[in-house]
Amino acid sequence: MVEAHGLVKRFGDFVAVDGVDFTISPGESFGFLGPNGAGKTSTMRMISCISPVSEGTLSVLGMDPSTDGPRIRARMGLVPQEDSLDLELTVLDNLMIYGRYFDMPKKVIRERAEQLLDFAQLTDRANDRVDPLSGGMKRRLTIARALISDPDLLILDEPTTGLDPQARHLLWDRLYRLKQEGVTLIITTHYMDEAEQLCDRLVVMDKGRFAAEGTPRQLIDAFSTKEVVELRFAPGQHEEIAPSLAALAERQEVLPDRILLYTEDGDAALAEVARMGLVAQSTLVRRSTLEDVFLRLTGRTLVD
Amino acid sequence: MTTTAHGTAPGDAVYFKHGESVPVRRIPTPMWLRAARYWGYQYRRTWRSSVVTSFLIPILYLAAMGIALGSLIDKHSHGVDGVTYVAYLAPGLLAGTCMQIGTNDATYPVMGAIKWMRTYLAQLATPLEVYDVLLGHLAWIMARLAIVVSIYLVVMAAFGVIYSPWAIAALPAALLTGLAFAAPVSAFAATQDKDSSFSTLYRFAIIPMFLFSGTFFPISQLPTWLQGVAYATPLYHGVSLCRDLTLGQVSWADLGHVAYLCACGLVGYLAGRRTFARRLVV
Repeated sequence: MVEAHGLVKRFGDFVAVDGVDFTISPGESFGFLGPNGAGKTSTMRMISCISPVSEGTLSVLGMDPSTDGPRIRARMGLVPQEDSLDLELTVLDNLMIYGRYFDMPKKVIRERAEQLLDFAQLTDRANDRVDPLSGGMKRRLTIARALISDPDLLILDEPTTGLDPQARHLLWDRLYRLKQEGVTLIITTHYMDEAEQLCDRLVVMDKGRFAAEGTPRQLIDAFSTKEVVELRFAPGQHEEIAPSLAALAERQEVLPDRILLYTEDGDAALAEVARMGLVAQSTLVRRSTLEDVFLRLTGRTLVD
Repeated sequence: MTTTAHGTAPGDAVYFKHGESVPVRRIPTPMWLRAARYWGYQYRRTWRSSVVTSFLIPILYLAAMGIALGSLIDKHSHGVDGVTYVAYLAPGLLAGTCMQIGTNDATYPVMGAIKWMRTYLAQLATPLEVYDVLLGHLAWIMARLAIVVSIYLVVMAAFGVIYSPWAIAALPAALLTGLAFAAPVSAFAATQDKDSSFSTLYRFAIIPMFLFSGTFFPISQLPTWLQGVAYATPLYHGVSLCRDLTLGQVSWADLGHVAYLCACGLVGYLAGRRTFARRLVV
């Protein structure tokens, strides 16, 4: 579906994407995970043929974006980071207009719009103006709009950023259904829970490069331990306490607000902390997540 | 709707028959026309707000200045250039209105489509390319102008100030005048980050042009050095062309006006291709 070799995106002197390689197969759900400014959006914009490639080769749906942009985009749905809906028009009008860009007959658009409004749970709002809709509804409408032409490839740039948890879960459910129905998804996100939920395979991006690549499980196995102990002490004590805890874990991370101990057995490590006479304000033993992988690879948390 | 907050149960309707392509037309609609169609669609919902400025204001001008002020002028100096003042003024207002609408529609709507509503970005995520987006928008401005100009010409006929069948050609001439502004102004709008530059454009270019390019009085009334400036403005050529056509005073000089206006439109369009691409394709 998508194949990139040595892909580079430059803006003047700034290198946003610094020579990445990847292959995305049909039916796959592929994620780009990384903090803001990692180069995810630039990569996506190149894949969606709206931003020219600075260097390297890129093939999308077997075609070259520099010469076949319109043909590629005809088979692709794009959900940009910022909604580009027409706020003055109704929900249904937005779908009609978009379908017309793809030259679909009105009758066909209307039929598909009906299905998609049902899918996006916006049937009741079909004839309402877009402006007053909630952020989650606008996002769902943008996704419905991207699906109007029945694309082979759906590209979502931070689909749930800025939404409340309930709206996010509803959106994930919808995207999961698309995945089940065989639509190839490419998703960028800086939420690790989103990546875990939706991506079959993902890359961790940092400063324009791939720091790691694999399934969520593979990444956790390769870059983190089975369990993590999170300890919160009184403010300011972390630097002081950390050295005495180092021996308890395979690896530790000292964050401003907590200390993370990476270990195979979290409960045992916690018991050891208690035996040392250290009293934490709060403790938590949990399984490793992609957040830990990210912290390990980049030394930073995902959402700054 | 019977769905719950968590959606329909699995096994319900399949929304996406993957791999089966959606039917499209056998003869594809040109890309620019698809972009133009959007503006038409949008206008159908929002036209009411533009009725007064597009239709009523020029007609009020024509009534107030052409008839009321005109009777005074006609009494004292027997018309202008051998015709009544209202017949002299009407084609000038026609070209002036085309300039204003052409400029208006190429400022805020272009900036809106880039920054506020991001319409162009939505269009660029579809098969449309950046020059389709530009051409489509200009085509729409021309289509809207065609409606305004047609109505205005009918009103002119009702005022009895159309003197020649050449007046039919005033329709394309007026559109060309609009394009001579819409194309370069949209090229300019795509380079701007704040809409305050548009009021500067109005204050220092559009309004002075409206007043001093032969719309209301012959430029021979101006000091000599200003005549040269007036002569260089596209509006002067638009006004002269429209006036020659409605008054039936067609000459070879009109070909010069046409060429000048065409050049403004073409240069504007080519500049627009560059500024749009620079702004939208990064």
